[in-house]
Amino acid sequence: MAQETVPDEVAQTERAAFRAELLASGMLIDGGVDGLYQRSGAFERIVRGVEAVASQAGAGIGGPQRYFSPLMAKAAFERTDYLRSFPDLIGAIGVFRGTDADHTALLRAAHAGEDWTAFLTPADVALCSAACHSLYSTLPATIPEGGLRYEVQGYCFRHEPSIDPVRMQSFRMHEFVCVGEAEDAVTHRNAWLERGLEVLAGLGLDVQAEEANDPFFGRAGRMLAANQREMTLKFEITSPVSTSQVRTAIASANYHESHFGGTFGLTAIDGGVAHSSCFGFGLERICLALLARHGMNPDQWPESVRSALWR
Amino acid sequence: MEETIRQVLAEYAQLPVDIAAVGDDDDLYILGLTSHASVNVMLGLEDAFDVEFPDALLRKGTFRSISVMADAVRGIVAPKAD
Repeated sequence: MAQETVPDEVAQTERAAFRAELLASGMLIDGGVDGLYQRSGAFERIVRGVEAVASQAGAGIGGPQRYFSPLMAKAAFERTDYLRSFPDLIGAIGVFRGTDADHTALLRAAHAGEDWTAFLTPADVALCSAACHSLYSTLPATIPEGGLRYEVQGYCFRHEPSIDPVRMQSFRMHEFVCVGEAEDAVTHRNAWLERGLEVLAGLGLDVQAEEANDPFFGRAGRMLAANQREMTLKFEITSPVSTSQVRTAIASANYHESHFGGTFGLTAIDGGVAHSSCFGFGLERICLALLARHGMNPDQWPESVRSALWR
Repeated sequence: MEETIRQVLAEYAQLPVDIAAVGDDDDLYILGLTSHASVNVMLGLEDAFDVEFPDALLRKGTFRSISVMADAVRGIVAPKAD
């Protein structure tokens, strides 16, 4: 996300210490590569509390709920335009479709420590980069008046291995999405930014809203990032998490303009290309922010926080 | 110059209107140019004029109209001509 800086020594030391504390307490278990973790029951209990708080914030206005697989149809993935904007973060899936002879060659390569994935071919699924991506291809081509709202949750993959616990390769977003006319989308984004701040402050977190941009790739990306800032399309709710030096985005509020409406062929009731926006709670990051703020033992967290999460 | 820019727009801008009907000073964003399409226009102009836009010009405003784009390209090309 946007707050990436040149890692200074203090920040890196603090991040490593936070990671060590999470692993030593058993809250998270090292998944074998940087940025991949197994979650303890205690961690997952916090995540589910946060999920419940987020869901409750949308009660009655969030729309139908959708829970997505970590995978999405490759054809829909291509329409998100992530190949253009974030080629460095995406992940595709390879599958084995070979013969016995190919299998033998694959095993020989694996045994020799060579690249056995060279024997795989592309699957018709890809890893989701953002939860709301799975939604758009399932919407009606003409969005009804007033727009459509959905509450969605899904696993996201970002290839950015790091020892910083906030930068997981696999994590969940709990989102509130709106697709409709421009005004529907902007109103939704702005209302949720306010609501998100209230919800997260209610958990005792030190939060603030900041204008932000996505880490678009390359020269074209610098232009997209500048546009995003110039048009104030993206806000992040930040909090101190793994270091005191840099605030981390734990939620974000994004106005996509007509981007997804255009690539997924969605038309608003005014006849123009549909606009969309989303507000996403980063479930693992909020959980980490709570652990950083209130300590590694949730039994000792303030009663107000405990009752909000697990009423 | 403006004619080449129009060719780039025809190829990359995905405007819902005929490029021939667009005035040199018309605001392309009002006509429907999207952020993502404006990036394609930027890359198309770089190819067409064999230039590279400096970071300071990699913003939406640089591609707001045909005349603004022409000024930007001239500004990049001019120093090279010295």
